[in-house]
Amino acid sequence: MTDVRNAPMLEVTNLTKRFGGLVAVKNLSFSIRPGEILGLIGPNGSGKSTAMKSIIGVERPSAGSVKLDGEELAGLPSHRIARKGVGLVFQHSRPLARQTVLENIKVALLPDKLTRVFADKDVDGKARAIAGRVGLSGVLDRKPPTLAFADLRRLELAKAIARHPKLVLVDEPFAGLTASEVADFSDLIREFRDEGCAVLLVDHNVKSVSALVDRVLAMYLGEWIAEGTAAEVMQNETVRRVYLGGALVSTARPESSFSDKSPALQVENVGVTYGKALALQDVSLHVHEGEFVSLVGLNGAGKTTLFNAISGLVPHTGEIKWAGAPLRGGTPAQIARSGIVQCPETRELFGDMNVRENLDLGGNALDDKERTERLEWMFDLFPILKARQTQLSRTLSGGEQQMLAIARALMMKPKLLILDEPTLGLAPVILETLSKALDRLRETSDITVLLGEQNVTFALPHADRVYVLDHAKIVWEGPPDRFEAEAAEHYL
Amino acid sequence: MRALPSSRLFWIGLAAFLVAMALPLYVSGYVLGLLTVAYYTAVFAMSWDLLFGFAGEVNFGPTFLIGVGAYTAGILDAQFSPGISVYLCIVAGAFAAVVGGVVLALPALRVSGPYFGLTTLVAVLMLQNFVIVAASLTGGEIGLAVPDVLSIDATTNYWIAFVFMAVSGAILYGLSVSPIGLILQASGQDKVQAGALGFNVTKHKLAAFIVSAFFSGLAGALMVFYMGTASVGTFIDVAVAVQIIIAAVIGGRRTVIGAAIGAIFLIGMGELLRPLGELATLIVSVIALAVILFFPDGFVGMLRGGAKA
Repeated sequence: MTDVRNAPMLEVTNLTKRFGGLVAVKNLSFSIRPGEILGLIGPNGSGKSTAMKSIIGVERPSAGSVKLDGEELAGLPSHRIARKGVGLVFQHSRPLARQTVLENIKVALLPDKLTRVFADKDVDGKARAIAGRVGLSGVLDRKPPTLAFADLRRLELAKAIARHPKLVLVDEPFAGLTASEVADFSDLIREFRDEGCAVLLVDHNVKSVSALVDRVLAMYLGEWIAEGTAAEVMQNETVRRVYLGGALVSTARPESSFSDKSPALQVENVGVTYGKALALQDVSLHVHEGEFVSLVGLNGAGKTTLFNAISGLVPHTGEIKWAGAPLRGGTPAQIARSGIVQCPETRELFGDMNVRENLDLGGNALDDKERTERLEWMFDLFPILKARQTQLSRTLSGGEQQMLAIARALMMKPKLLILDEPTLGLAPVILETLSKALDRLRETSDITVLLGEQNVTFALPHADRVYVLDHAKIVWEGPPDRFEAEAAEHYL
Repeated sequence: MRALPSSRLFWIGLAAFLVAMALPLYVSGYVLGLLTVAYYTAVFAMSWDLLFGFAGEVNFGPTFLIGVGAYTAGILDAQFSPGISVYLCIVAGAFAAVVGGVVLALPALRVSGPYFGLTTLVAVLMLQNFVIVAASLTGGEIGLAVPDVLSIDATTNYWIAFVFMAVSGAILYGLSVSPIGLILQASGQDKVQAGALGFNVTKHKLAAFIVSAFFSGLAGALMVFYMGTASVGTFIDVAVAVQIIIAAVIGGRRTVIGAAIGAIFLIGMGELLRPLGELATLIVSVIALAVILFFPDGFVGMLRGGAKA
């Protein structure tokens, strides 16, 4: 008996997924036994989501095998895989808005048949039972748009339960939930385990899933880097290096060295909600003129939201002051002209324009002489762009695109440059080039930089001061050299 | 509480049904003829709504399906009459529309986003050009004269169109609220999630396309034998497609019934305002724009909204 129990339910062997030249998942192997919860963690771009999508068949694996109870799943379309017993609890749900909660659960109970014009009679009872199990009984007749965020997540869980999965994949189980909701959800996920399901939790760090998991597998740049209990993985050297960076050569300038009395940028008690999800809660930070500040946080912590609030792109509560004056009420264009330029995570280049045209657009407001000087300076900072002037920007490599995005932002002569995850998806060798450019920027100009990063290795060396953002809140502030000792627990 | 809007809709529907039944006793043959066209257009619009409102696919080429059905039926009759039954031509028209629909949908459903719509639009233009080029078969730009008609009696034609609309509407509406309709909506909203719940999204969307094509083609073929002629301007032109889409949207998308209301409204308004000449088109367009801007859920949305408040 115990042998059967210990035979793995899910067995992933040498799973590889390539997108063109990019290898998102490389030779990943792991297994989950029935009644076991495995946490699959890795920073943004580590390939964990791609690995999950390859298991459920949303992405077709390039190579390798995914076996459920000995049966090969790799290469099947996702609906076939789902019917073999794999359930997925989505992070972002788009339930049927015009149907009630009960009807939404019923959808998941329907067979994949075109001949079934009438639903089976027992569907209603089953749907109610499932709703009771996940705690939706009180809102059965409401429509999803009127539900609280946690209830929407419960609905996702209910739909997964309805398919009686043998293997349950949960994407970021606790994102956007309050502490008591996290406890409820943990219990619901444990029920899967107690029923003998294999459970895979996908999340950014060990901390968020440590209370729940039996084992953790950490990924970085598409590869397996560590596996073991939550405590073991947290102590693992490679994991610590990936999340916390190695030995740090800090060149931070102390805060007292900035001469301005009141900081150039003051963010005071800012809060942002997206519909029902809390994206920022009571966030306060400040940046002095000429200072380089890094805002460190994992994907989903709220970095981009904060930047968008500063740039006037999302409504917020609280106060944001720039050079002493409140920004509230300004349009994004006015805020950008006042000297705050954001270089977004998504880069937003004009793909069908060449490098030079992108840069000229950035320097559109400057007169000819100034623009020429600025261009010279930019080509000095990023020599590769000079050679690529006539190339269409969408044909550039990821690293070159990022440099162009930064260069275009700098063409606007910003006083404050907001860089949102410049390292996203870039190879280590490119990071070095970017790193050098930032160093030169710091040494040769009086620009102020607010850098949002989850890559600590990149964020810390450039920072005079560091803030850690975790689950919509600032949880730590300090100089980079104290980060590992004091803030690592928020991060691993 | 929840039964109220639907019951109110039901009573309004019943009243409309009774009025439509009584109409032939009171109005002129001209008005009946107008309503006959409106009813066929209503079926076009309802078929379109099944694809857009439920499967989430914007088909810019409803007239491709309609045109294939209409011209297949018309050409068969023109070539073989009197050796062929009109009803056989109509069935052949519906069948041809389904085949055309599958041929169009298989490649079109592989692409996503705006490309599906573009593919369907291109199909309309191709069909239009084919009709014009193959003039010896199709009558080209002048139009195809069909030797047979369903009936020369306006009241009979009215009844055929009305019953056809009522039956098609019932089937399409029934389908939209059935489990298949739910799965279609789920697929239209989030196909990754629908797949993860074990539903074959392509299969369901293809089925919706086939049903939509069947009713579009059938309505097109019936309308040919009502009018006695088929022309590009009435069955295929992109302007016709636009009218069908506007009808479905102002009537209330994702309701099926709303599409029928919208179609009858558009044709009726066009006629009422006809004395104003070109201005009529402008007025109808402004009304359509206002409805889309202020009542995105269309006429049916207004009725439901009123019931809730």
